[in-house]
Amino acid sequence: MLKDTAVREVDAKNKPSPYGGGHESTTTQPRGSASPMTKVQDHDWPALVRRIHMDRDRKAFAQIFSHFAPRVKSFLMRGGSGETLAEECTQEVMATLWQKAHLFDPSRASVSTWIFTIARNKKIDALRKQKRPEPEDLPWGPEAEPDQADVLVMQQETTRLAQAVAELPEKQRLLIEQAYFGDLSHSEIAEETGLPLGTIKSRIRLALERLRHAMK
Amino acid sequence: MEQIKHHLTDSLLMGYASGNLPEAFSLVVATHISLCDECRARLASFDAVGGALIDEDDTVEMTENALNATLELIARASSAPKPSTPTKGAVLPSPLQGYVGGDLDSVRWRNLGGGVKHAVLKTSSQATVRLLQIPAGAAMPDHGHNGTELTLVLKGAFQDEDGRFGRGDIEIANEDLHHTPIAEEGDVCICLAATDAPLRFRRLIPRIAQPFIGI
Repeated sequence: MLKDTAVREVDAKNKPSPYGGGHESTTTQPRGSASPMTKVQDHDWPALVRRIHMDRDRKAFAQIFSHFAPRVKSFLMRGGSGETLAEECTQEVMATLWQKAHLFDPSRASVSTWIFTIARNKKIDALRKQKRPEPEDLPWGPEAEPDQADVLVMQQETTRLAQAVAELPEKQRLLIEQAYFGDLSHSEIAEETGLPLGTIKSRIRLALERLRHAMK
Repeated sequence: MEQIKHHLTDSLLMGYASGNLPEAFSLVVATHISLCDECRARLASFDAVGGALIDEDDTVEMTENALNATLELIARASSAPKPSTPTKGAVLPSPLQGYVGGDLDSVRWRNLGGGVKHAVLKTSSQATVRLLQIPAGAAMPDHGHNGTELTLVLKGAFQDEDGRFGRGDIEIANEDLHHTPIAEEGDVCICLAATDAPLRFRRLIPRIAQPFIGI
């Protein structure tokens, strides 16, 4: 699976990248044409996060804020928070996004996923008054910046996953929502969740392998 | 990365991703993921489900001045948060070091008899977690079979009916499982063990004594 460094460097110079050429039968949009971008352009969240990181860009931040802050607030209120606390916590979540913009890796997660993890940790901290042990970070330096093709694939995978979650049978979907928004203990969660996570997991696994390779 | 054969279950990963695990279990999960890229990727996919759900159209309007208030919050904050320091060469991955206050030499062990030592780590009360040190060739003490029990190997290895567990491997047991883990010859075995049946902790007895007591 892992290409060696030399090959990857050549890949990086020959953009658009040849990643995904042919072996991804499920991808319907043609690569190398402008069409995959047109759909993403309205919501190119990774680019906006990058502008926050590189240029401390307040306009980019305002765009992210207007889309995500009301969603984070709703998430916190569904988790049992009153409106005042939810408002305060949401502002803190969005401030954390600004402060951690340099740590966001768009080849491993979508912006909505990243914001979800920040909001979830805030919920544990502020609502449950518990500590949240987090795994060791895998930081990526400027030498190991993600390939734009990988970033695009991750966005597409996220969209596909969101569709699959939306199309789950009602009973299963309610259970998933209860787990993520309410408090379903892990013993109430089935061993097999039935979520179609195989493809997105493989993509993230690949991104991790590249990162490990770059860190050596 | 270690060659890890025994991984986390989907229910633990989803519980961790959705923030529903007791702190003690979260610590074991975070420690395993620090050692296991396979489960790191699986967790990221469960996080992505949370991302998909939060990105739906369920919104609550922010107050009028919210954006400016947040920008002020950002301006007032000190320096950017640093990523956790990598722990290359350390026995304890960084989430665990946060609880111990350093690597293995900072652990305040207490003797349990028979060469077995433990150190309870302070977490919220729904579940308990501790480090266990078992001499090479000795049996693991019974740490409770009510509820769920997680045992993550950090150093050395143990064997039981389910196979061999080395560094990074996690054994997940519930009421049904009766196992007799024995530390491998050659090296002391150090594990991180958590259970959501805290009462059994006080009656901790090395397994060697159990044939006389029965389970």
